Amino acid sequence: MSTLLEVNGISVTFDGYKAIRNLSFNIGEAELRAIIGPNGAGKTTFMDIVTGKTKPDEGKVIWGEMSRNLVGMNEAKIAQAGIGRKFQKPTVFEDQSVRENLTMALQNKRGWSSVLFWKPSKADQNRVVELAAEIGLSGELERTSGELSHGQKQWLEIGMLLAQEPRLLLVDEPAAGMTLAEREHTTDILKEAAKTRAVVVVEHDMEFVRRLECKVTVLHEGSVLAEGSLDHVTSNPEVIEVYLGR
Amino acid sequence: MKNRSFIARNPSILVFLACLGLFTVAVTIASEGFGLGLISTSFVKTLGKTLCLCLVAVAMDLIWGYCGILSLGHFAFFGLGGYMIGMWLMYERTRLIVTESMAAQQIPPTPQEVIDSIGTQIFGVVGSSEFPLIWSFAHSLTLQLILVVAVPGLLALVFGWLAFRSRVTGVYLSILTQAMTLALALYLFQNDSGLRGNNGLSGLQNLPGVTASQDVVSIWFLWASALALGLGYLLAAFVVSGKFGSVIRGIRDNEARVRFLGYSVETYKLAMFTLTACIAGIAGALYYPQAGIINPAEIAPIASIYLAVWVAIGGRGRLYGAVIGAALVSLVSTYFTGGQAPDIPLGFYTISWVDWWTVLLGLTFVLVTLFAPKGIGGLFDLVTARLPSNRHGADYGPDAGAKREEEGQ
Repeated sequence: MSTLLEVNGISVTFDGYKAIRNLSFNIGEAELRAIIGPNGAGKTTFMDIVTGKTKPDEGKVIWGEMSRNLVGMNEAKIAQAGIGRKFQKPTVFEDQSVRENLTMALQNKRGWSSVLFWKPSKADQNRVVELAAEIGLSGELERTSGELSHGQKQWLEIGMLLAQEPRLLLVDEPAAGMTLAEREHTTDILKEAAKTRAVVVVEHDMEFVRRLECKVTVLHEGSVLAEGSLDHVTSNPEVIEVYLGR
Repeated sequence: MKNRSFIARNPSILVFLACLGLFTVAVTIASEGFGLGLISTSFVKTLGKTLCLCLVAVAMDLIWGYCGILSLGHFAFFGLGGYMIGMWLMYERTRLIVTESMAAQQIPPTPQEVIDSIGTQIFGVVGSSEFPLIWSFAHSLTLQLILVVAVPGLLALVFGWLAFRSRVTGVYLSILTQAMTLALALYLFQNDSGLRGNNGLSGLQNLPGVTASQDVVSIWFLWASALALGLGYLLAAFVVSGKFGSVIRGIRDNEARVRFLGYSVETYKLAMFTLTACIAGIAGALYYPQAGIINPAEIAPIASIYLAVWVAIGGRGRLYGAVIGAALVSLVSTYFTGGQAPDIPLGFYTISWVDWWTVLLGLTFVLVTLFAPKGIGGLFDLVTARLPSNRHGADYGPDAGAKREEEGQ
């Protein structure tokens, strides 16, 4: 499996606190990966760095076949390169309908002039309907997304990510605040998405991670503590010490 | 259903344009210049000026109500548009007068003598007779008309580029725009700024080469202002419909999310800032010939704050709300400050509206913000029976300029 994203020796310091220290790992072309770790392990900071929100003090983030370094590119450019991000809190555009939310995310030109004169093609409209079905929101297309339930907003955001057709999806705690049934649906969506692209899930909840049935990376104090199957890492004494033991 | 024309999707546009057309026809019929003489020429001018203020309010609503940028500097662009057209009006009219008076001389004047004489006439009040560099194009109506759009547009482009690139947002950006308009006003107050200092440009109501009376000219300007407002409204409605509208409303409510979708937020903000500055420039170019005079006091920071107040009272985030707010507040303001409102004697003190109007306006602003955040435009929701939002205190996005819970429906 060829490498899609290579994080290489990243370090970042906030006010003297080393949030990430010499972090390195790789993510494959079509891989589902879970990242776990205690609070303050640097999970969200890692996402901030990959998506361009935070600039690391040192290190590289190498992306794709062209081996471009993402460090120093702005958020919009990185998103256009094919990295989508889902936030911990569901962040959709609450003032706008589900259709508008999905349409905005569709893989189309992002420049202001082409957006101004943009007209949805038949294919675009079909794609929106298709995505809505995929995330279970077929009946809600014309509803204002602010009216949706918490779980539905989470799915809408995942739907928007899929609409972007990213090659790498970064998902921050997708199951937070969901009911059991909603969690199962979320697992299915993520597993389905990982068949054609790389998906990285940051998660606290062990049960949820178990259901994903994927390789797990354990972060601790800003670097990789262990990596492997869930059973492998949970039997690692160090992991038990810093994370599970508490 | 998504591919219907944008007018079909926004029937309020047709209603608005119909109202505007009816208004213009009615005023024309009732005017002194063309019809019954029920409305005085000076009031026709007031109405024409009001239409221009409505147009700049539409621009303000685009940038603030839809894009979430509380610019407190858009009256600077309005004033610049006025200055640009004023330069031609003043130059050309002075030239006609000078040529006429020199024609009586025995030796015909050289072109240089004519220009020098125009310079003395225009800049005599600031103790100069030289044409400053910025008057280079004043002889040409076409060039000055281009400058009406280009000068505010370029200033907005440069200012916006610097501000947005450094990701200045929220109240800091508002302060920055206030600083810009203050700096511009202070600069123009100087006699050597090239635009006649605090005298400003005057006599703008006299169109060079036009012999028609002000009764007729005022109607022409009313028509031109109505046309500009109609077209501006259409343009604004087009911009906020469709995907572009989605993106800028997204920027208003949650800028970071738009960025992670791959849209360059700074470019969009810059495009909106520049576009609205151009619209403001056009509005100003139509306003000041009706006002007759422009001076630096017009672009004092307070003017831009009034603009925000109009939009807030009318209802932020809906175009007709901005128009209603600007029209209503500026007309009521004319009534109160024009000395027409009767004073209220309290025995120990007499409330004179000329002084107390600003207090009343400020109070209205506070009350609207607290108790009717949707503004006057919100009254239309009563007709269409849209339900108020119940979001348990959450706004529509995390950003400072985000649509507030109370503004929703």
